[in-house]
Amino acid sequence: MPRTVIPFGPQHPVLPEPIHLDLVVEDEKVIEARPSIGFIHRGLEKLAETKDYVEFVYVAERICGICSFIHGQTYCQAIETIMNVQVPPRALYLRTVWGELSRIHSHLLWLGLMADGMGFESLFMHSWRVREKVLNIIEATTGGRVIFGSCKIGGVRRDINAETIKTILKDLDGIEQDLRDITRVFLNDRSVKARLCGIGVLSKQEAWDLGCVGPMLRASGVAQDMRQQGYAAFKDIPVEPITRTEGDSYARCAVRCEELFQSVQIIRQAFAKIPDGEIAVKVTGNPTGETITRTEQPRGEVVYHLKANGTKNLQRFRVRTPTFANLPAMLKVLPGCDLADVPMIVLTIDPCISCTER
Amino acid sequence: MSQEQIELITVDTLLDKVRAKREQGHRLVQMSATRLPDQVELTYSFDLNSRLTNLRLSLPAVETRLPSISSIYDCAILYENEIHDLFNVKVDGLTVDFHGNFYKTAIKFPFGSTKVACASSATTPVSGTASCATAPAANPGATK
Repeated sequence: MPRTVIPFGPQHPVLPEPIHLDLVVEDEKVIEARPSIGFIHRGLEKLAETKDYVEFVYVAERICGICSFIHGQTYCQAIETIMNVQVPPRALYLRTVWGELSRIHSHLLWLGLMADGMGFESLFMHSWRVREKVLNIIEATTGGRVIFGSCKIGGVRRDINAETIKTILKDLDGIEQDLRDITRVFLNDRSVKARLCGIGVLSKQEAWDLGCVGPMLRASGVAQDMRQQGYAAFKDIPVEPITRTEGDSYARCAVRCEELFQSVQIIRQAFAKIPDGEIAVKVTGNPTGETITRTEQPRGEVVYHLKANGTKNLQRFRVRTPTFANLPAMLKVLPGCDLADVPMIVLTIDPCISCTER
Repeated sequence: MSQEQIELITVDTLLDKVRAKREQGHRLVQMSATRLPDQVELTYSFDLNSRLTNLRLSLPAVETRLPSISSIYDCAILYENEIHDLFNVKVDGLTVDFHGNFYKTAIKFPFGSTKVACASSATTPVSGTASCATAPAANPGATK
């Protein structure tokens, strides 16, 4: 059987961001996938050498337009660890709330893109309609919809008052009902299951060996979630990782669906337990030391490696993003699949090239 | 560094140490390079039961070479190609070598010791890439 190389990307209808795959196919079967990334490498890690470490929160937030808040939060946590800053408890709870709102809107974005990728347009629109409600909460509490600008070293910039918390909790009830409606379709619709079940299977051992993170890892049966480390308010709000054992595209979808409800519950718990008090402490001086900090973004574990030498500029700012960690697994599951399933499999890692090309 | 463990190792023991991590069931979390005035510092991070451990390797700042761990951890190919393209660290024994075309950077080796302007690299692969049988990176120009 002759082999053909079919280019996939860097411009492709299912991918708004540039990643390229050379798909080696025999008839309709993919034999090999050769990746090419790096089209838009931005050099943000290098920028840390010239930007003040306090200002750099803004840069960290701009690594990604979807999980922007958690990028800023992780950066702040890393600096606070190096400088031994005690962040006020209320600020930790507020960070938790905004982080989980980010997770909900990120997963809804992904569900919409997934539905769009398989041609289920109405489901795509419903997913993004619900996402708008989450973005409205974020806008009402931070002033931003993409970049929140609310996290700073030593705490947060904005508080949420009791009246707004009541409104958010009421809105969450409606959002949760909407989530039930759309996830019921994602998990039970015959046409959705036909596109996802048994497609792109990754075993538990393969997922671990290939360094997978987040829903990609948990969908293959590994119960690991960085929120269990107890950062922010997660020391008071325990998180049980949501796992599936099938390891296929459907399992990755199901994990994200269940995590939506988990995040809603976390926000409710956070608002129920949020203590009164200050939202930030003043931080002075320059950092000296090194840390590797991990948090759980919507797409999985993100790693921040910071090294500081007592000046206002960091000696090293290194970010390992979840998509970067999940790319090897994506390349592992593509061989053997049908050409028509490639877009679905690529989407199920929830690729964020903006993060990867930091 | 708090909470995390860093074990200082030498380049001679790298592969044995990494192989031991693999046999113990560790997940490769990340590889990170830091350019210091007189050396390049490599950090290999591993996870087992959500506990992070690190191997730290210091290499000379010039003519830096590093043995690849990609035969032990397949996923290391991305980290090692990245370290080559950004830090000008030669990685020996890479199972998948992008030959300097993993990232298209305006400045070649932005964290490297040599900073040579390479304005055309965003669209034109360096010589030798297209003819390299083992290079998996597609020539972006070929898809147009």
